[in-house]
Amino acid sequence: MNILVCVKQVPDTTEIRIDPVKNTLIREGVPSIVNPFDGYALEAAARIKDTNPDTKIVVLSMGPEQAKAALKECIGIAADKAYLVSGRAFGGSDTLATSYIISQAIKKVEEEEGKFDAIFCGKQAIDGDTAQVGPEIAEHLGYPQVTYGLEAELEGDILKVKKEVEDGVEIIAVKLPCVTTFTKPAWEPRTPTIKRKMAANRAQIPVLNEEALAGIDVTMIGLKGSPTRVKKTFVPQRKKSGIKIMEESNKESAKKLFRLLNGAGIM
Amino acid sequence: MAEEKFDCIIVGGGLAGLTAAYILAREGQEVLLIERGNYSGSKNMTGGRLYGHSLEKVIPGFARSAPVERRIVKERLSCEENGMLSTVEYDSSKVSTPEGESYSVMRGKFDKWLAEQAEEQGAMLVYGVRVDDVILRDGKVCGVIAGDEEMESDLVILADGVNSLLSHKLGLKQQTRQDQAVVGVKEVIGLKEETINERFQVASGEGVAWMFSGCMEGCDGFLYTNKDSVSVGITMQVENIHKTSYSVPQMLEEFKNRPEIQALLSGGSLLEYSAHLIPEGGMDMIPNLYGHGVLVAGDAAALCANLGFTLRGMDLAVESGRLAAQTAIAAKEKDDYSAEVLSDYQAALESSFVIPCIQGAEACRSIVESGAYKEEPLKAFNDIMEKQNIR
Repeated sequence: MNILVCVKQVPDTTEIRIDPVKNTLIREGVPSIVNPFDGYALEAAARIKDTNPDTKIVVLSMGPEQAKAALKECIGIAADKAYLVSGRAFGGSDTLATSYIISQAIKKVEEEEGKFDAIFCGKQAIDGDTAQVGPEIAEHLGYPQVTYGLEAELEGDILKVKKEVEDGVEIIAVKLPCVTTFTKPAWEPRTPTIKRKMAANRAQIPVLNEEALAGIDVTMIGLKGSPTRVKKTFVPQRKKSGIKIMEESNKESAKKLFRLLNGAGIM
Repeated sequence: MAEEKFDCIIVGGGLAGLTAAYILAREGQEVLLIERGNYSGSKNMTGGRLYGHSLEKVIPGFARSAPVERRIVKERLSCEENGMLSTVEYDSSKVSTPEGESYSVMRGKFDKWLAEQAEEQGAMLVYGVRVDDVILRDGKVCGVIAGDEEMESDLVILADGVNSLLSHKLGLKQQTRQDQAVVGVKEVIGLKEETINERFQVASGEGVAWMFSGCMEGCDGFLYTNKDSVSVGITMQVENIHKTSYSVPQMLEEFKNRPEIQALLSGGSLLEYSAHLIPEGGMDMIPNLYGHGVLVAGDAAALCANLGFTLRGMDLAVESGRLAAQTAIAAKEKDDYSAEVLSDYQAALESSFVIPCIQGAEACRSIVESGAYKEEPLKAFNDIMEKQNIR
């Protein structure tokens, strides 16, 4: 089994502050992390490797040189190898151009690592929240895709993906090769061991730039290859979460609910 | 993965651990440093003044490339008696040798820089891992244990800070008593560089270290200028905390609200709030510094000197890291990590400035504690300044 996990380095939103005047994110001094959903994708791959030890996990990221830190973190957790896609010509790419570049990079990496049976992504990156790149990679490659995965299990040449849906879970069997995007499961990803961290420190990460991706259609990358125009961005308003009423009996719960609604002037 | 054995495993990526890692890696030893925080400096704290002399021996001219905040050129000592505040100012700008310089530093930046230097020399630094125990075989320390993992080495240097759990476990160190520890609380207040230059009458790159004594019940105050912020805080003996009528954070507020301080900080924004325990039990608190296959350095070894007005730890930590590394180099040459060979470390600390500094601290402290400075402040201050010049 050969799994590719696509990851993105994002600012740690738990540390992000909003510029009160411009209403934009203050990114200076904010530490970078591996996009959490990508971490779940990596953990899903690691769990497949736990039961299928001959599995190879390769991570790939597109971003600036500093994204190597995110890739090293992935090696620390579970990945065997890492590649960075980085080049001047890739700057300004929207999701369509990005997914095209990544699909081209995947073909290039496959020359080195062999064909990937599965490509795992996070469902979305927490900085842009578009949830488009994963599905678009599948389209560029012509692979079937499952989104909102929670867990994945290998059965011969079939991947069984437990998928989150509005009112529960679905289990979908998909033929390899495929693309799966992952959301937050019930468990937390494993923490790196000293030995894995040492391997991460020592890892050499090849960089694939526009020249390395010979044959890439330059009209489909960068700002020129990006049809998306950002009209406006906004920070979603923080909504107060609801409260849970669970008194000793239903009757008492109902009474408390009434009191609260009454107090709020609704009744 | 093939099992590998290190020459040395260092627990803790503060100044002592990093200095040892830097030197050992430079010597070509296989070094693994394990730090619990997510990066070096993430858990470390200082009031903030580093006396440069000891690091100067390891990395000559370090201040040219290291992220130091400001070179200290003015030293002020203030003390209050019956509501009257007297302040003495020393001009230390005339110090001409790099060994004589001191700098305000922020550990978050400074330790990170030193970690990068150690990595460049070839040390293996691993973050975010807590070492739970050491591997002990027939009384010899043979490595460390973290979670389910065991890492082997010929030598372990414990530089795991003031609450060194590992040296407790090994029985090298006694439980810290309340009268042996001081709690330091600090706020970093952001101000424009020019504002600081103006308010403290210094040029860019030059700074002030200012100590306050007797201003508040049971605690001392301090203030250091950084590049574009001011560190302001208090230190208080842990055993005094319950004796005062205010909580520690309230004391800091009180200190900041003193008119002379308030004016200096006005318009600033709070960037950082931190607190840390400082070992200051003097010679009594110093644990056994070595054992079979193990050395203890920095705060873990309680190498900190309370010089009445100032608490010095960082330059002692650096020196202890350097001497631990030297001992480790000699032990590797002999291929002998017995307690007997490693006892050279203690001898080296004794003949360095470190142990004399801690011993001499008692004299400085007694001047302050006797209150002699209130009668003849200038004489007392001069006395202290002279005694402080232990390098």
